[in-house]
Amino acid sequence: MSDSNVPINRPTLAVWKFASCDGCQLSLLDCEDELLTLAKAIRIAHFTEMTRASTLGPYDISLVEGSITTAEDVERIKVVRANSRYLVTIGACAATGGVQALRNFAAPGEFAAIVYAHPEYLDSLNTSTPISSHVRVDYELQGCPIDRGQLLEVLLAFLAGRRPVIASYSVCQECKARGTVCLLVSRAVPCLGPVTRAGCGALCPSIDRGCFGCFGPSDDANCDALATRLKGLGTTESSVARLFGTFNTAAPGFAEQAQALRVNVAVSDTRRRTPEEPRS
Amino acid sequence: MAADLPPDLGDSVVVLTVQGLDELVTRLSALGYEVKGPTRGESAIVPGSVKSSDDLPRGVHDVQSPGSYRIVHNDDDEELFGWAVGPESWKKEYFPSSQVMWRGEVVGDTVVFRQPDRSHTPLAIVGARPCEVVALRILDRVLEEGVHRDARYSDRRDSSFIAVVECASPADTCFCASMQSGPGIDQGFDVALTELNDEHGHRFIARSGSPRGADVLSSVPTRPANELDLEARTLLLETASRAMSRSLPYGEVANLLARNVDHPRWTEVAERCLSCGNCTSVCPTCFCSDVHDTTDVGGAIERRRTWSSCFDLEHSYLHGGSVHESSASRYRQWMTHKLSTWWDQFDSTGCVGCGRCIVWCPVGIDITEEVAAIAARDEVRVGVPSRRGAS
Repeated sequence: MSDSNVPINRPTLAVWKFASCDGCQLSLLDCEDELLTLAKAIRIAHFTEMTRASTLGPYDISLVEGSITTAEDVERIKVVRANSRYLVTIGACAATGGVQALRNFAAPGEFAAIVYAHPEYLDSLNTSTPISSHVRVDYELQGCPIDRGQLLEVLLAFLAGRRPVIASYSVCQECKARGTVCLLVSRAVPCLGPVTRAGCGALCPSIDRGCFGCFGPSDDANCDALATRLKGLGTTESSVARLFGTFNTAAPGFAEQAQALRVNVAVSDTRRRTPEEPRS
Repeated sequence: MAADLPPDLGDSVVVLTVQGLDELVTRLSALGYEVKGPTRGESAIVPGSVKSSDDLPRGVHDVQSPGSYRIVHNDDDEELFGWAVGPESWKKEYFPSSQVMWRGEVVGDTVVFRQPDRSHTPLAIVGARPCEVVALRILDRVLEEGVHRDARYSDRRDSSFIAVVECASPADTCFCASMQSGPGIDQGFDVALTELNDEHGHRFIARSGSPRGADVLSSVPTRPANELDLEARTLLLETASRAMSRSLPYGEVANLLARNVDHPRWTEVAERCLSCGNCTSVCPTCFCSDVHDTTDVGGAIERRRTWSSCFDLEHSYLHGGSVHESSASRYRQWMTHKLSTWWDQFDSTGCVGCGRCIVWCPVGIDITEEVAAIAARDEVRVGVPSRRGAS
């Protein structure tokens, strides 16, 4: 930066990647209109998506993307924590284990055997766990991917020393605020909005798609009651379980509903494998 | 309610045709109002811009039940108001879901405050339902007539023109008759219309409820209402009242809930309640809000007020935690406030019987059914199960 208005002692920001797709980190680069202004207030010290230049820590704020899936991750996140004044996780992977947490509920190696020709080359843990299972986390930003407006809000709140204005209520309230007619009530479209945390601005319902829960459970979400209702409206049990079992499959509340699918799959697999079962 | 016209109104009751209604809309636009009314959305009747009667939901009806809403269209039907209320009340026009309270800027060592521009185009609503007008009167007591007058709300309310249309097509979920807020209405409007479509033609009985309503009515072609018109209206409203299968015990419910704060039903309903807040969002009288300050990198500050719901944990968050941690206590807070403590606070009920909370609850929790369930076990007291047996 050659701008003489840029203060020398700006707080430093580092961005770290664990098991993830990089989409959440990219949200920072997506802040195109604000990025240069932000860079006058924060010094980006480590962000490999943006630059290979990297400054040694400690850092004032670390954004952590991804879940913990290897033995090396377990150690690396401790180093990140030790070098960060504030640690903010970004996205569903970091907050709940992400879609890769599907493996948590399967037999070890079951998914890898399907996906990889030589799973024996892999050296990973049998589980995908959130950052908060390993180190103290100061703030968790939800979403798959996160909302760039919320990311900016967290950074601006940090700079001002205030609490970020981030909702923990349901997506429904965003639909109502923007005037989107409820898909579930008016068309029986399966929607996780009532149990999903707001933050996206009710993006999917506004384009006629039911919410698929990418921001994870809202406060005190009653997933049992919603699952019962969706089944009552004709959504099959496995579709309901699949709905809950995506990007936040291991999140408390969602996990129990997604589990129903696993149990049923296991039962039907057993049936298929039982030779003495009479043909119907 | 209001099925019988007060005798002194007799002479001022007129009749206008659909063309007359169009002229009324044109007249309101000419007077500088932004005219809005019910319009046909993709899957529901929603507020929208109205330039003429062609924008109104002609031939559109609805089928509503707990957790379900469908619109049905009938091409042969000329009726413009043959439906019950849709998801959105007129609350949002006066009490927006999000609005800036003030902006500020850090200039050197000081903060400069700026009031947002409060100028606005006055709104005319053509086709509000009686329950919605009664709901606005309830909101007036909260936001305009209390100790802390909400200037933004007042500005918009005072400048707006309301043409209410009495209700002839209540949904299965409506219970305004029992809440004394419909299907007819006799105050709180500028113009009241009743749509008639019989062998004597498609027409509207019209009454004015304010001097400006009278002015507007006198500027459009009308004829005096006759005996047949008035009888048709009476019959229409009586039929609508009788068609409502749901009800709440208007005079009783406040005390019923007040003496049943420990009723086991609160826990039972909590098993179904999603805590999603849809009921409070669609309620035409829910007025809770939250206030947040945000900052930007350049030193700009903004204070914004947004809708809030008593179903959110944050809503009752005080130092150290939420007062209403359980879903049961949140549901109880909502319903007892709406039907019981609202009387203590604002000297009225907080419910107008529009049924939106029933229809737009994703799991179809029915406030009338919940009250009935509490009434059915009115004498049950948690912890004192054998009171009657012991005596």
